[in-house]
Amino acid sequence: MAKTALQFRHNGRDVAIFVDGGVNLLLALRELIGDMTPKFGCGQGGCGACSVLIDGELHLSCLTLAETVAGRSVETLESMKDGPNLHPLQRAFADNFAAQCGYCTPGMLMAAKALLDRNPQPSRAEVVEAISGNICRCTGYEPIINAVLAASASRARA
Amino acid sequence: MPVTVKTFASTSEVAAALSSDRSARYLGGGTLVMRALNEGDISIATIVRAADTTLTRIDASSSRVVIGAGVTFARILAERDLAFLHAPARSIGGPAVRNMGTVGGNLFAPVPYGDFTVALLALDAVVSVHGGLGVRDIAIEEFLQSRERHGGTLVLSVSCARPASADAFRYRKIARIKPKGGSIITLAAHLPSGGGRINGARIALGSMAPVPIRAKAAERALDGRSLDGTAISAAAAAVTEGISPADNALASGWYRREIAGVHLRRLLSGQE
Repeated sequence: MAKTALQFRHNGRDVAIFVDGGVNLLLALRELIGDMTPKFGCGQGGCGACSVLIDGELHLSCLTLAETVAGRSVETLESMKDGPNLHPLQRAFADNFAAQCGYCTPGMLMAAKALLDRNPQPSRAEVVEAISGNICRCTGYEPIINAVLAASASRARA
Repeated sequence: MPVTVKTFASTSEVAAALSSDRSARYLGGGTLVMRALNEGDISIATIVRAADTTLTRIDASSSRVVIGAGVTFARILAERDLAFLHAPARSIGGPAVRNMGTVGGNLFAPVPYGDFTVALLALDAVVSVHGGLGVRDIAIEEFLQSRERHGGTLVLSVSCARPASADAFRYRKIARIKPKGGSIITLAAHLPSGGGRINGARIALGSMAPVPIRAKAAERALDGRSLDGTAISAAAAAVTEGISPADNALASGWYRREIAGVHLRRLLSGQE
């Protein structure tokens, strides 16, 4: 079966790949682009480990048909990379022990970024709601919630 | 296994493609079809998409609300004129699922999902579908009873009358995990009233059958009466009449029957 040409912006950079019909965005990012930051968890939309931003909106890449991002902007955790410097959210996660095994962390960080990008000063309830689609089996969530609130507070001080 | 992806400009082309190919599925937000593909569903050979923006329109300006099948739950939450649908929209998934999942897709969501459809059933919604013979409107109850047959049609929109007041429509989803989780039972009640008495009550239940259903015995217990303790008790006692929910990983059928009356009582009494 013929592959389909697909062009989109990946973390601010134009990319072009060829995809098989029906391939999801997660596989395209990991296997064709080489961006391993979104994780495969459940493949059912239940865990949030594959969360990415599409045109600034939080989406599950495992449930996104790759072809639907043609011409659009896709942001993954890799977009937070800035040489040796941690993004304020990454710094807050480290400072608040919000990552243990780390498998959920890329999705958690993208969910937190989606929240803070549109609501820089969220309440605790809004943080809980923002990460409600992301499952963490290690931390019990409290350190993650605290980290997002800490990142919000540090942004307000800056 | 690779599938063929076809994108059409118009809804009529999509409807023709769906009705002529049993292995074709319409892709809306992706939360059902992509999940099936990820699980290796070999019954899907073709994915059909529509570029037609009419599927994402909302007309909430009049007393009858029309919502395009491609409207996401995030958009419903952003629409002030659809405040009566905010509780059911908010009860679905996390933010990512609400950014992707659509009203049309929810009509086909299996238990324990499909909570928004429970609300639409209570609101006596009409589903507009484009099939091989053209466009027709179907009452949502009839649509749900023959849901499997509608896989070969394209849902265009759903419409319903706006409840007369905020108090006339109530919704509650019971899940083990908060704020997100699959439904143990979902309840929605539309309680039109006149002269202090309920007239035309509709109570819908989710996760109590393979598709959302009405609790008709409970509706009869309310009709023609004021919403007082006696009427509420009668409705709560009758809510599971003729209903045999199945067991699943979230709850047994027995448990669902036991709690249905409790939660209907709370819903009708306005308790949290």
